[in-house]
Amino acid sequence: MPFTPTSYEPYDFANRRHIGPSPEEMAEMFEAVGVNDLDALIAQTVPESIRQAEPLDYGPPKSERELIWYIRQIAKQNKAFTTMIGQGYHGTVTPPAIQRNILENPAWYTAYTPYQPEISQGRLEALLNFQTMVCDLTGLEIANASLLDEATAAAEAMTMAQRVAKSKAKAFFVDENCHPQNIAVMKTRAAPLGIEVIVGAPEDLDPSAVYGAIFQYPGTNGHIRDFTDQMAALHENKGIGVVIADPMALCLLKEPGAMGADIAVGNTQRFGVPMGAGGPHAAYMACRDTYKRAMPGRIVGVSVDARGNKAYRLALQTREQHIRREKATSNVCTAQALLAVMAGFYAVFHGPKGLKAIAQRIHNKTVRMVKGLQEAGFAVEPDAYFDTVTVDVGPMQGVIFQAAADRRINLRKVGATKLGISLDETTRSEAIEKLWATFGITRTDNPSERDYSVPEGLHRRSDYLTHPVFHMNRAETEMMRYMRRLADRDLALDRAMIPLGSCTMKLNAAVEMAPLTWPEFSNIHPYAPADQTKGYSQMVAHLSEILCQTTGYDAMSMQPNSGAQGDYAGLLTIQAYHRANGDAHRDVCLIPVSAHGTNPASAQMCGMKVVVVKSAENGDIDLEDFRAKAEAAGDNLAACMITYPSTHGVFEETVREVCDITHQFGGQVYLDGANLNALVGLAKPGEIGSDVSHLNLHKTFAIPHGGGGPGMGPIGVKAHLAPFLPGDPLGTDGAGPVSAAPNGSASILLISYAYCLAMGGAGMTQATKVAILNANYLASSLQGAYDVLFKGKGGRVAHECILDTRPFAESAGITVDDIAKRLTDTGFHAPTMSWPVAGTLMVEPTESETKAELDRFCDAMLAIREEIAAIEKGDMPADNNPLKNAPHTVNDLVAEWDRPYSREQGCFPPGSFRVDKYWPPVGRVDNAYGDRNLVCICPPLEDYAEAAE
Amino acid sequence: MKYTEEHEWLRVEDDLVVVGITEYAAEQLGDVVFIELPEEGSEVAKDDEVVVIESVKAASDILAPLDGEIVEVNEALADEPGRVNEDATGAAWMFKMKIEDLSALDELMDEDAYKAHIG
Repeated sequence: MPFTPTSYEPYDFANRRHIGPSPEEMAEMFEAVGVNDLDALIAQTVPESIRQAEPLDYGPPKSERELIWYIRQIAKQNKAFTTMIGQGYHGTVTPPAIQRNILENPAWYTAYTPYQPEISQGRLEALLNFQTMVCDLTGLEIANASLLDEATAAAEAMTMAQRVAKSKAKAFFVDENCHPQNIAVMKTRAAPLGIEVIVGAPEDLDPSAVYGAIFQYPGTNGHIRDFTDQMAALHENKGIGVVIADPMALCLLKEPGAMGADIAVGNTQRFGVPMGAGGPHAAYMACRDTYKRAMPGRIVGVSVDARGNKAYRLALQTREQHIRREKATSNVCTAQALLAVMAGFYAVFHGPKGLKAIAQRIHNKTVRMVKGLQEAGFAVEPDAYFDTVTVDVGPMQGVIFQAAADRRINLRKVGATKLGISLDETTRSEAIEKLWATFGITRTDNPSERDYSVPEGLHRRSDYLTHPVFHMNRAETEMMRYMRRLADRDLALDRAMIPLGSCTMKLNAAVEMAPLTWPEFSNIHPYAPADQTKGYSQMVAHLSEILCQTTGYDAMSMQPNSGAQGDYAGLLTIQAYHRANGDAHRDVCLIPVSAHGTNPASAQMCGMKVVVVKSAENGDIDLEDFRAKAEAAGDNLAACMITYPSTHGVFEETVREVCDITHQFGGQVYLDGANLNALVGLAKPGEIGSDVSHLNLHKTFAIPHGGGGPGMGPIGVKAHLAPFLPGDPLGTDGAGPVSAAPNGSASILLISYAYCLAMGGAGMTQATKVAILNANYLASSLQGAYDVLFKGKGGRVAHECILDTRPFAESAGITVDDIAKRLTDTGFHAPTMSWPVAGTLMVEPTESETKAELDRFCDAMLAIREEIAAIEKGDMPADNNPLKNAPHTVNDLVAEWDRPYSREQGCFPPGSFRVDKYWPPVGRVDNAYGDRNLVCICPPLEDYAEAAE
Repeated sequence: MKYTEEHEWLRVEDDLVVVGITEYAAEQLGDVVFIELPEEGSEVAKDDEVVVIESVKAASDILAPLDGEIVEVNEALADEPGRVNEDATGAAWMFKMKIEDLSALDELMDEDAYKAHIG
């Protein structure tokens, strides 16, 4: 039977918009692959034993127009009140130029993590601006390019402090003035590592009893304190001091570096990134130079290219990309690049004077608001504050809280008798007057009153944002062009396929992105009262239901903000289950050697013992070794972590047996959902025998990669594990939370929700099949030129394939790097390099790429193979050829040409476009130079001038 | 010169054991960009992680080959980690150990055995 589309209506989103190959193209591809139709290919690829019985069906798909209408109805159920809750989330004005040119611009949001620096110079510069901003505001020397949220950043600081502290104490002090969600996540993370968390008032710190301490600034109830004495006391006892600091407050207040802090963390949300019911936003981390190598996360650094020109790159990449597996100290893999770029641009957009003025206005408004309350006789705390205070209202708490809500203002209940009030950039005089009215005060706000309530000792003395980038002409014309110039330096999905294996760079459709910036979704505080967030609740519930149906699980937690966080949350869930069954001693985790590095890193963070299982010759899990190690672990077996289809891109036939063996010894199966794009609609992890999985919504379910984040890694579990899922960050009992907000980065769940609704079950199933077709088409087309490693029983690859480029090192001195850089000349992003097999390329085209684009990629790869052949034959020197000299820049083209091949061959290889040619802005970047000479803030302007000479 | 399976070389100089990594290991690592050395005077047990070495390709630990005391470290490597790639068995020695009984070295591989080990 020939291919029959699920539907070929003009408004059929799945087949007309999302899936790349047309039916005609697919017919040609079947011929190339050697099958009659799609189902025949799937039968050869996916083992019959794991196929799901019933087709995936959760209702008919929606056209784009219907979808927008439907999501509007959901939006209407959210109420975006004026937020005065504070607690780490604040109203902010996203400059429309940033919203339109970055947040809503596919050139920024569809890019991948900047591992290939030559095609990522734009966002690397933007992230370097972010790092420079963080260093300046915190007064510390080095900053990373963002972390997932403030609570996990605080937890990372806690573990980093333990790594670098010379103190041997086992306890960590946590200021009771930290936001409750920060304390909760630190407690979750501390428990499995044996760190004792001591929560107390800053003045009660016993510096000799702890290896480090963390303080919130301003405190959750508004206090601003100088922690200089605490820092000094910690240092005397060889301990480490950490401050969680609000970057807006730092525009006015003494910075952590000046207090002697070693590490600072915080959230840059209020720098122009909407609250979005919890995220995504970019948290930051900065530290003293001495500790830079212990800092988790990505760091952008400055290096040079082949011509000695300045070029940006990710520094110290080895710590992250080649995570030290079972020796890992952190599983941080994803950042929040898109949001960090936005926050950095917010600083560029306003400059230091603008930021200071915004901070001053926020403070002035707060002072006026407090004065109004005090003059009416209310008791306001504390005396020294920036933007947040609490008012003791005694038994009136509930009444005033409701009166405020009736005026569309949200306050925060603090204890049984107090109300917290926090003002921000968006607070208007009318809102202050309404607030007074809820307290029974009739008063007119006078914006010209500009009083201060910051004690002299806490005034900021140092300059910040002195680099010229924060002083450019801020006319929107200039700003727009700067954002455009940076975007043009990068290669994102809006220009070409990004065939990164294991990354699933599929289409992020416009319709899926649209609702994200609607105020009913973006201006919602994560702790807004439930009756104002019914739209969110409905969306999360329905999305959970669809994802459960898709995966065969019974319950979902949307909390984890990345795949690695999902790993960690899944293992914690398993541990809690074992504990409840009186099996707390179960601590062995079996992990195949081919697993992604985040698996063992997460197990390590849970305090589990990692036992590595061998791979068989064909890349599959060695079943005998697995059985032997499960047996050896016996009663101590806690879990196994497997990836399916395997990280080698193969549907292993033995997956059910692996699950059975694990269960036989009382363990639980964690199935890493990284490769779920090969399963949706065909097989369900929950039916194969797995107990828990994380789902990379930023891969399989269409959330864009954002140039290196956001990500989302919710976990699905079988019913017996449901009671042990991560708990509410503000809850008092049950399991601990892993993120700062109850649904993680809730706003981007909308993207996956829209994707599911537009595709429908049949469309998602078809997408999976076409993803497998595209991968097999590439494998067939490149076979002969390149060996395809690892295939399933039917001789097929799953949704990705590994090309063996190792032999060329011997035959021509060509490495996988050379091939990757040469692909840049053709305008393609390189496939995944050296993972899971060193020296090879792993290619994943996804269902969204057309045959024409796949053919262009094959043209490029085949021409590269010919160039290698020329070196093998001795027709081209091994040290001076198009591969070694790649990528070719405009500078190369116009400079003296002393190469044994033509300019034409160098700059316009097969696969590249003539008119729309992508020119990399820099030549090959020197990695070693950058790591040996680490510079992680914007270089002074004269360096650019030097480079240009 | 003696060798461990972890690709370290050991040689005896003035009753002290000098330890570094082999050329093979340096080549596998690629450009070395950072080396974290142990503190002089620290007591270590066999297989303790004593050195962290980061290259552009990988971050690895170097384990103490024997029980003993670290008496000297090669400070120059902290500033010029690239020396490991240039002269792994000479200028890029990493630390010197004092051990109880030098005969413990006899257990380790000689050059031929090491060559066979790396194939």
